[in-house]
Amino acid sequence: MSTMNTLKPAVDKEVGASRDTVVPAHEERPESAVIEEAKTVGKPFSDDPKFKLRNVEVFYGQDRAIKNISLDIARNEVIAFIGPSGCGKSTFLRCLNRMNDSIDICRVRGSLLLDDQNIYDSKRDVVELRARVGMVFQKPNPFPKSIYDNVAYGPRIHGLANRKSDLDDIVENSLRKAGLWDEAKDRLDATATGMSGGQQQRLCIARAIAISPEVILMDEPCSALDPIATAKVEELIAEMSESYTIVIVTHSMQQAARVSHRTAYFHLGHLVEVNETNKVFTAPEHELTESYITGRFG
Amino acid sequence: MPTKKEDMYGDHISHQFNDDLSQLKSDFLDMGGLVEQQTIDAVNALIDGDSDAADEIRARDKVVDRMEMTLDEEATRLIARRQPAARDLRFVISVIKMVSDLERVGDEAKKIAKFALTLAEEGQAPRGYVEVRHIGNHVTTMLHDALDAFSRLDAHQALKIMREDKRVDEEYQAATRTLLTFMMEDTRNISRCMSVLWVLRALERVGDHACNIAENVIYMVEGEDVRHTPVEEAEKVVGR
Repeated sequence: MSTMNTLKPAVDKEVGASRDTVVPAHEERPESAVIEEAKTVGKPFSDDPKFKLRNVEVFYGQDRAIKNISLDIARNEVIAFIGPSGCGKSTFLRCLNRMNDSIDICRVRGSLLLDDQNIYDSKRDVVELRARVGMVFQKPNPFPKSIYDNVAYGPRIHGLANRKSDLDDIVENSLRKAGLWDEAKDRLDATATGMSGGQQQRLCIARAIAISPEVILMDEPCSALDPIATAKVEELIAEMSESYTIVIVTHSMQQAARVSHRTAYFHLGHLVEVNETNKVFTAPEHELTESYITGRFG
Repeated sequence: MPTKKEDMYGDHISHQFNDDLSQLKSDFLDMGGLVEQQTIDAVNALIDGDSDAADEIRARDKVVDRMEMTLDEEATRLIARRQPAARDLRFVISVIKMVSDLERVGDEAKKIAKFALTLAEEGQAPRGYVEVRHIGNHVTTMLHDALDAFSRLDAHQALKIMREDKRVDEEYQAATRTLLTFMMEDTRNISRCMSVLWVLRALERVGDHACNIAENVIYMVEGEDVRHTPVEEAEKVVGR
């Protein structure tokens, strides 16, 4: 499809030239393939939002990486962010618990509310925010400590447990929720780095849940795992969705189809479409979403 | 989106995926062409009283059956290996359903050929053959147009076929009344007229299958299921 192949460079050029609507650069491109700024098709809003995000823009220096995105993330939903590399999905995810703060040239604009409270309020305690909005990364990154200490680390620094027995309970509960208790209960003092990749990733999830977050952000949590470990993590996501709001960035469209309630498709910093996952994978509304999930570009 | 709709399945990054989809499409159209010809031949064999042609049609139904199995296998393999999504998924799922419609059309043609043999052996004056010719032409045209709509992904043409189906039903009812009149005129006509009625019934079913194919084409193109909905609803879907 010639139109799709020419689309990417054409729009890339446009980003440098103008901050306004991306203008169609190819005559044959149908109207539906034109990305209109801040015009997300589908259902980006929710009646019961955990996150209410309006007109969000992210700049890396002069580059506008996120272009006027408005989206609600509903309470206790699993929402998947998909899109080609460099589309802004991870950048957008990292806004939700201010992980972008550590990047000097990164600026965030717009209104980002967590339970109607401004995430980027200058008085906001970022440590408290990240306790509420936990994160699991692409590569499992356990601390070079014992399995027990990995899970106990957060509750300790946040002062969630006064007694050793309380801490033991938190560790056991978190490991159980992460589906790791049976495998880890007899080796809690063993070093975490000795576990398999899949176990390490579930340990990181246990570590994230240990401080009772409300939201868990996952940035390609299974890309370093084999299919069995991936299935375990996905099973875990399904179970956790009863008590947490989960935002997952994934390169695997099948994974998005398997685990999420809604799917958001990002393209060159735009939020092109948000819809029920069932709809996105059977009859997406936007031509770009269609092309991406059917493997026509990306 | 490609400018030409028929290229819709030929633009994946994976060439093998393109090849698999276009193979499925062309095999489906081959099967469609064969059952269309079978139906036309069966009607001709009946009207001409040609027993040899009728025998050939019945034998050729085995080819139709084999094609059904091949297509189902191709579609299953494609799902297993490619995990198609969106329009590709709708395409594969629709093909699976439409293949059984085609296979049934093949069965109806075989049935007509069987009655062609019986009627040729009895060798009496033709009754109701005008109706058979008329409805036969009508439904084979519908089937042809449905396959054409599939080939070109033309939802508007598919819609026309859905509308035609009502007319076939009316023609079928009118023909039934005519044959009933013949039967009442002379009871010796009954056995013969009953056979012709069965043929008309088979042709009416061919029209239904053409209509099913048309509905699947609309699903493939528009992503909306228009089965069991009034034509007016389907018109809204296609008109958008």
